[in-house]
Amino acid sequence: MKLFEFEGKKIFKEKGIPVGDFIVIDDRAQGEEFAKNNLPLVVKAQVLSGGRGKAGGIKIAETIEDYRKYAGEIMGMEIKDLEVKKLLLEPKIQIDREIYAGFTIDRSKAKIVLMFSGSGGIDIEELAKTNPDAVVTLDIDILEGLNMSTATEVVGLAGFEGKEQEDLAEIVLKLYKVFTEYECQVAEINPLVITSDGEIVAADARIAIYEEAAFKHPEFIKEDDTYTALEKEAHKQDLGYVQMDGNIGVIGNGAGLNMATLDILTYFNGEPANFLEVSGRTYHKSEEAIKLVLSNPKVKVIFGNFFGCISRCDVIAEGLARAVENGVVKVPLVISMRGTGAKEGIETLKKAGLKEIYEDDIGAGRRAVEILKG
Amino acid sequence: MSILINKDSRVMVSGITGKEGTFHTERMMETGTNIVCGVTPGKGGIEHLGVPVYNSVKEAVENHEIDACGIFVPARFARAAVDEAVDAGVKFVVVITEGICPHDTLKFLSNARNKGARVLGPNTPGLLTPDESKIGVLATDLVEKGRVGVVSRSGTLTVEICYYLLKEGYGQSSIIGLGGDPVVGTSFTDVYKLFEEDPETDAVVIVGEIGGTMEEDLAEYIIKNGGKKPAVAFIAGQNAPGGKRMGHAGAIIEGGRGSADSKIEALTKAGVKVARVPWETGKFVKEILN
Repeated sequence: MKLFEFEGKKIFKEKGIPVGDFIVIDDRAQGEEFAKNNLPLVVKAQVLSGGRGKAGGIKIAETIEDYRKYAGEIMGMEIKDLEVKKLLLEPKIQIDREIYAGFTIDRSKAKIVLMFSGSGGIDIEELAKTNPDAVVTLDIDILEGLNMSTATEVVGLAGFEGKEQEDLAEIVLKLYKVFTEYECQVAEINPLVITSDGEIVAADARIAIYEEAAFKHPEFIKEDDTYTALEKEAHKQDLGYVQMDGNIGVIGNGAGLNMATLDILTYFNGEPANFLEVSGRTYHKSEEAIKLVLSNPKVKVIFGNFFGCISRCDVIAEGLARAVENGVVKVPLVISMRGTGAKEGIETLKKAGLKEIYEDDIGAGRRAVEILKG
Repeated sequence: MSILINKDSRVMVSGITGKEGTFHTERMMETGTNIVCGVTPGKGGIEHLGVPVYNSVKEAVENHEIDACGIFVPARFARAAVDEAVDAGVKFVVVITEGICPHDTLKFLSNARNKGARVLGPNTPGLLTPDESKIGVLATDLVEKGRVGVVSRSGTLTVEICYYLLKEGYGQSSIIGLGGDPVVGTSFTDVYKLFEEDPETDAVVIVGEIGGTMEEDLAEYIIKNGGKKPAVAFIAGQNAPGGKRMGHAGAIIEGGRGSADSKIEALTKAGVKVARVPWETGKFVKEILN
């Protein structure tokens, strides 16, 4: 669950990471008063996609006229398909130095990783590739945690000393608390700014909380605009659905087999319209699943690929047969079925009048593409 | 011989009296698994499916020798259940549970590292040594004892691959599911090393998918050490869109990292023959073993 910058900054404030003054508005007029009193002012789009600056979503207003112009332009603009519905306003700060501080998880090592650099404000992944010496990294065992002396050492290795080193280490430690207490996937300050007055301010906040922990933070749960309307509908029904650009609808059991099904269709020069997994929890929902696949008007053929395991083929087939008998299925349906319950499942499908039934997915995958190409 | 479990392995089931625990314990017993006991807090003292149930793992280990434990408890209890098994001295813990927050996973993996225990999963279909023993939920209908080792991040796709291996005449020595989560306790490299030392495994099939760098890590290991057993791989998600979770929590291309291309390139460089579709794995195994 990604958080908006303003949500991240609220968490920072609560944990004692300095963020400076800011307000959040969803209408230009709301910001007039604050803008007048805080010129020059930074106007920032609040969207969950990266690359806001490059897309023109961050502007500096020197005058109130500037503010009105920029706020008008940015509010409602689309950044990587996401509409800007909120703006963050904050007084412009005089930047002396930009720093990067961030925590994430190294999947292979099963450790938390701290990355810290004296060259912030840019893409850290890119920097780590082009100039690895500029980024200090530290693996942290979650049960051992991070202490002040280690944080101080890391900041020192990035070239800071004295009081600055100590202050920065404290911020790193506080960011670590945010990362662990909120069970984050990412907690990042980029840039962490040292102002010309020598103050330290988090000028941005990028936080993503693991989906599995999202329920502990209901205040941040919102409709995720990165999903399409069909994907949102699928989530309501607890079905794993990802919309794609092609015209062959896909339904199958298991995430791995489903991904492989996309690969099989592509191998035969077909183009999948979606990924849709019925799992051990949802395999009795194949009727709903097929309706969902058909809600995408691009779908001209459906390829159902099932290997009965916990999800039994006989139960899946009953749902598919219901959909066929109810007249829901208006495009050709090609099925491959094997594993637990396949024999009974194939019988059920034949009784429902389906003709294109195969055991393995070589024949079925090829056939689905053939039908489409005529 | 096989890796990790065989017919003699003494297995305990955590969450044995639950719906999932009961259903799959029965299936495990049918496969031949030597289930010695179960644990469900508050249900201690009863017998379930013919084995004694204890309130805690501590009580269980006082009464039985236990080689491995399967965890079938809901996500919110999973960390406590794994820690309890590891702290009681169980050396191999298989975490079937799906939906555990990776921060919890990091915590029980760290504890397991400190105590010298191995964790398989979480979110794993488990493992199976055909005709001998199984911990987890893998379907056994279309697998057969043989000499090819299979290691996978998936469940259904694993049996799909075994199905195509069998079509070419190859059964399996052991089938290991690593789990579909972003952070898991046992990696491709860990399992490949075990297969390298297993005299009953002639070749290894790697069933990877998008997300993370486990496949690249294995390629690096093979390049560095030569690799004692020939390997074939299939990577699911070659045509998956970026930035989307493809069913498994760990199957996601993030910021261009974890793509199938990167894994295929790394494995190919390491001399692993990479299949484009599942059925090619069987054909490639035949090629490398003939």
